[in-house]
Amino acid sequence: MKTRKSIDPFWWSLFGTGGVIAALCLPALLFLNGVAIPLGWIEAPSYEHVLTLVKNSLTRLFLFVVISLSLFHWAHRFRFTLYDGLQLKHLNQLIAVLCYGTAMIGTIASLYTLWGL
Amino acid sequence: MQTTISLEIQRYRPEQESEPVYQSYEVPLRKDWVILDALNYIKDNLDGSLSYRWSCRMGVCGSCGMMANGTPVLTCATFLETYAPGPIRVEPLINFPVIRDLIIDMSEFITKLKQMKPWIVREEEQPLSDGEYLQTPDQLTEYKQYSMCINCMLCYAACPIVGLEPGFLGPAAIALAQRYNFDNRDQGKKQRTEILKEDNGIYECTFVGECSIVCPKSVDPAGAIQRYKVAAAAEWWKSLLLPWGNR
Ligand code: FES
Repeated sequence: MKTRKSIDPFWWSLFGTGGVIAALCLPALLFLNGVAIPLGWIEAPSYEHVLTLVKNSLTRLFLFVVISLSLFHWAHRFRFTLYDGLQLKHLNQLIAVLCYGTAMIGTIASLYTLWGL
Repeated sequence: MQTTISLEIQRYRPEQESEPVYQSYEVPLRKDWVILDALNYIKDNLDGSLSYRWSCRMGVCGSCGMMANGTPVLTCATFLETYAPGPIRVEPLINFPVIRDLIIDMSEFITKLKQMKPWIVREEEQPLSDGEYLQTPDQLTEYKQYSMCINCMLCYAACPIVGLEPGFLGPAAIALAQRYNFDNRDQGKKQRTEILKEDNGIYECTFVGECSIVCPKSVDPAGAIQRYKVAAAAEWWKSLLLPWGNR
């Protein structure tokens, strides 16, 4: 019996890797850019410096992976929060499209932004 | 010094009432008594009509699972004193139909369990003359934890997904599937995974983890399910990227 579930390993892999990557990288990134630099604990790098850094292919790839997979991690979790938590079982299709769709739009937007710099 | 404790027990006698009701009993609060002792006291001295299951009285048979103040427990392993001064509300395991008083209908669970083929599956039995299947201590350790399951169904009562998705195969059945998948004598993993990667299988689980918290045998069904998800996801990618590798 082939059912909608056969695609679940795919969504779950994105969710799983996204969770690991988000847990490893986001706290460090947030600490640096959200706390340490604004509070002056670390001297703020110049715009040109950051731009050159981001234009490096490896940095681009890193940021892309972090952003995209974190979004898919969110999408999967939020889907089940709506589905199980709010008991919106009957809206399953719509919820899945909205959640994964948002993550896909975010992924495309990050591609566009990162490689458009 | 408190000498008694009251038990509020859910009663349901289908010939008498259409909805469950609660009945209170006062029982001696003895240091060495578990909830099951109190139930036996009630049955012997106060009300012989009370129905419930039990057998071993030592946490092995898995038949005495009930809700105590809303948490699934083995009543033979849960002391009255923990709940002093009381009262203790005793109810049948949730997420199961109730047959009578504290007795649940476990037939759905048995059906799910059977689907997992919780036995050693061989493509070909080796002839008796070849002797027994040998196993090293390391190979035993691989699955031993999952083999501790006593089918008490506390995990089914604890799992919110079982409540929401009655078709979900559930923690114990999946942990037992893993018990055989990790056994080096077994060759049935593919058959089990076929069922478990589809509807009602492992991806129904959202890793709430309550199953592992209530498990009296530290089987850790939640861990078993997550390991299964990783393996099934790897298989999925493999069959996508190497379709010819599919035997
Ligand atoms: S009576 Fe056997 S496990 Fe409690």
